[in-house]
Amino acid sequence: MKPIVRVENLSKEYHLGERGAAYGSLRETITGAVRAPLRSLRRSNGNVKSNTIWALRDVSFDVLPGEIVGIIGRNGAGKSTLLKVLSRITEPTSGRAELYGRIASLLEVGTGFHPELTGRENIFLNGAILGMARAEIEKKFDEIVTFAEIEKFIDTPVKRYSSGMYVRLAFAVAAHLNPEILVVDEVLAVGDAQFQKKCLDKMQSAGEQGRTVLFVSHNMPAVTRLCERTILMEEGRILADGPSRVVVGTYLRSGLGTTALREWRDLEKAPGDDVVRLRSVRVHTEDGRTTDAVDIRHPVGIDIEFEVLRSGRVLVPNYHFVNEEGLYAFVASDKDPEWHRRPRPIGSYVTTAWIPGNFLSEGTMIVGAAVTTMGPVLTHFFERDAVAFQVIDSLDGDSARGDYGGPIPGVVRPMLEWTTHFEPRASDAASDGETFG
Amino acid sequence: MTAKTLFAESQTATDTVTPKIPERASLPDQPVVTIEPSKSWVALNLRDLWNYRELLYFLTWRDVKVRYKQTALGVAWAIIQPLFTMLIFTLFFGKLAGIEAQTGGIPYPIFAYAGLLPWMFFSNALTTSGNSLVGSAHLITKVYFPRMMIPGAAVAAGLVDFAIAFVILVILMFYYGVAPAWTALMLPVLVMLTVVLALGMGMWLSALNVKYRDVRFALPFLLQLWMFVSPVIYPSSFLPQKYRWLLMLNPVTGIIEGYRSALFGKPFNWTALGVSTLIGLLLLVYSSYSFKRMERSFADIV
Repeated sequence: MKPIVRVENLSKEYHLGERGAAYGSLRETITGAVRAPLRSLRRSNGNVKSNTIWALRDVSFDVLPGEIVGIIGRNGAGKSTLLKVLSRITEPTSGRAELYGRIASLLEVGTGFHPELTGRENIFLNGAILGMARAEIEKKFDEIVTFAEIEKFIDTPVKRYSSGMYVRLAFAVAAHLNPEILVVDEVLAVGDAQFQKKCLDKMQSAGEQGRTVLFVSHNMPAVTRLCERTILMEEGRILADGPSRVVVGTYLRSGLGTTALREWRDLEKAPGDDVVRLRSVRVHTEDGRTTDAVDIRHPVGIDIEFEVLRSGRVLVPNYHFVNEEGLYAFVASDKDPEWHRRPRPIGSYVTTAWIPGNFLSEGTMIVGAAVTTMGPVLTHFFERDAVAFQVIDSLDGDSARGDYGGPIPGVVRPMLEWTTHFEPRASDAASDGETFG
Repeated sequence: MTAKTLFAESQTATDTVTPKIPERASLPDQPVVTIEPSKSWVALNLRDLWNYRELLYFLTWRDVKVRYKQTALGVAWAIIQPLFTMLIFTLFFGKLAGIEAQTGGIPYPIFAYAGLLPWMFFSNALTTSGNSLVGSAHLITKVYFPRMMIPGAAVAAGLVDFAIAFVILVILMFYYGVAPAWTALMLPVLVMLTVVLALGMGMWLSALNVKYRDVRFALPFLLQLWMFVSPVIYPSSFLPQKYRWLLMLNPVTGIIEGYRSALFGKPFNWTALGVSTLIGLLLLVYSSYSFKRMERSFADIV
């Protein structure tokens, strides 16, 4: 079959650093600017050899019509740049890509939404920005409103919407685009879980209708579920390209995705909102040592450090544990009685959850960290692959695996309490007695 | 998280579905979109602009709708600005500086208002379009569309204010008993000319502003000076004959004098109008190409 997307040796170079850095001294800059303002304007347009990074390096791949391809890799691996180049937001430095169909990109839901405009008005505006014709929007209007479940609020300015309603409406418009190629970046990181499921279903049916989808995500379960094929990127290059389960496994095992400690130094850019922001997430042993490898028999502590910027909310930190196959192991939320249903004052918090020893299975555990307000549920941030660690079974025979040496399936391997009630049969006992007694 | 949401989440994770690749109608032979580094010479790609014409309409409509939201006086602001400026100038220049004697028999309030109307449209269009790209960074970095639509819509939205303020002019003329002349038929052409000039400058400034935010600071200052070297609140006859050619080099001169000639039935200064048209068109062509060239890096540096 002929590919619908053909990418050949695509590269993209970014210039970093301050403009002034290219000039040399400040005095030179000033005298240069005074002497020849036009020349100095032009020169800063030119290439500066130092301070450049290649966000994409010789990326080549083909996508067949109807394929849903996942694109994974850690932050800064070039995934978003690739999508931006393919959706013509930014130009490549070299190489080329051919698209044999209309393309629509969904790099963020609600692009171009204006808070002062009503839901109805925003549907038209957003649709037009995403490249829909007016007649097309009119035709799909009712469908969009129903999908978003906002019938009652359609003539309310969207600034009065809850964040859930806002996201639902935004996704609904985007989901009703009708391009042959759909490019999606991380939109599913928003909205409540039920709506997320609806979005995933919608994307899947897009694939079944023969739509081609490129899907960038950190949500490994969603990638393995939706995409047959996944591309793994690292430092602007394609590291692996193949069946999703294999590639996702490679990614998670390689430790590319995460580490035992993640910190966000710049509070402004940290995950979160005006209520709470994430500071750090850390995996550590009982004696407080940060580690990415824990003994299966020992407890492991997960710290989340967050900054409450606005007081008065009941905030519940929670962790999401996913294994290397992208399977959800479990979710745990804060049960510290001291903060149960108690509004949090402004300040810095470190919350620790202890996973008991002899509970997890061997292999990689990826920890997602979130802080949520209860009633109504509102997720302030959800960092999907915040940290990760390896669970190692030393095969000493005192772990839950016992003396069995082979692979054991399952996302958890708890050390259960086993009891045996043994009642000898009277006749056997008697015969035993007769024979050996 | 509540039990319900937890469940839905894990459900998502464990559902296994194998997507099918259905048979499809054959793909076009030629790519619909080819992405490669653009050549040094840039095509304007007018077809692309045409395909997105509805977006221009929606962006304009958005700018108009949003502009006076949550203001107590609302659309009245479109009138207040030129009206009060006119009143102040009438007080200081009309009476004190004695310009009224040189307006050719036209009451100074109308004379000033007729000049302020196109000037305010022009200066507001430059300010809003000049800052429009930077203000739309969230769009530029997230979705593709011809970037020219943004400064274009900013200029177009100014036309609505212009139309509202124009109603006041009609009322003023009625009040002072100034009858409109048949030359008023030239007004649409003059409005077009103003748009061409505003777009030509606004587009270029908006692109420049992406890279050099200095534009934001320079613009108000520049416009203030520009107003005083244009015959907005005084007639060009206010200047000695031998310096008038200097005033004509200013493309705004021809336009503003043109509005007055059209409204009050005075003879047109065709040389000044010709200069304005020529400069306006040259600027529009130059800034279109210049915009296209700078457009490539908008998403990277905005």
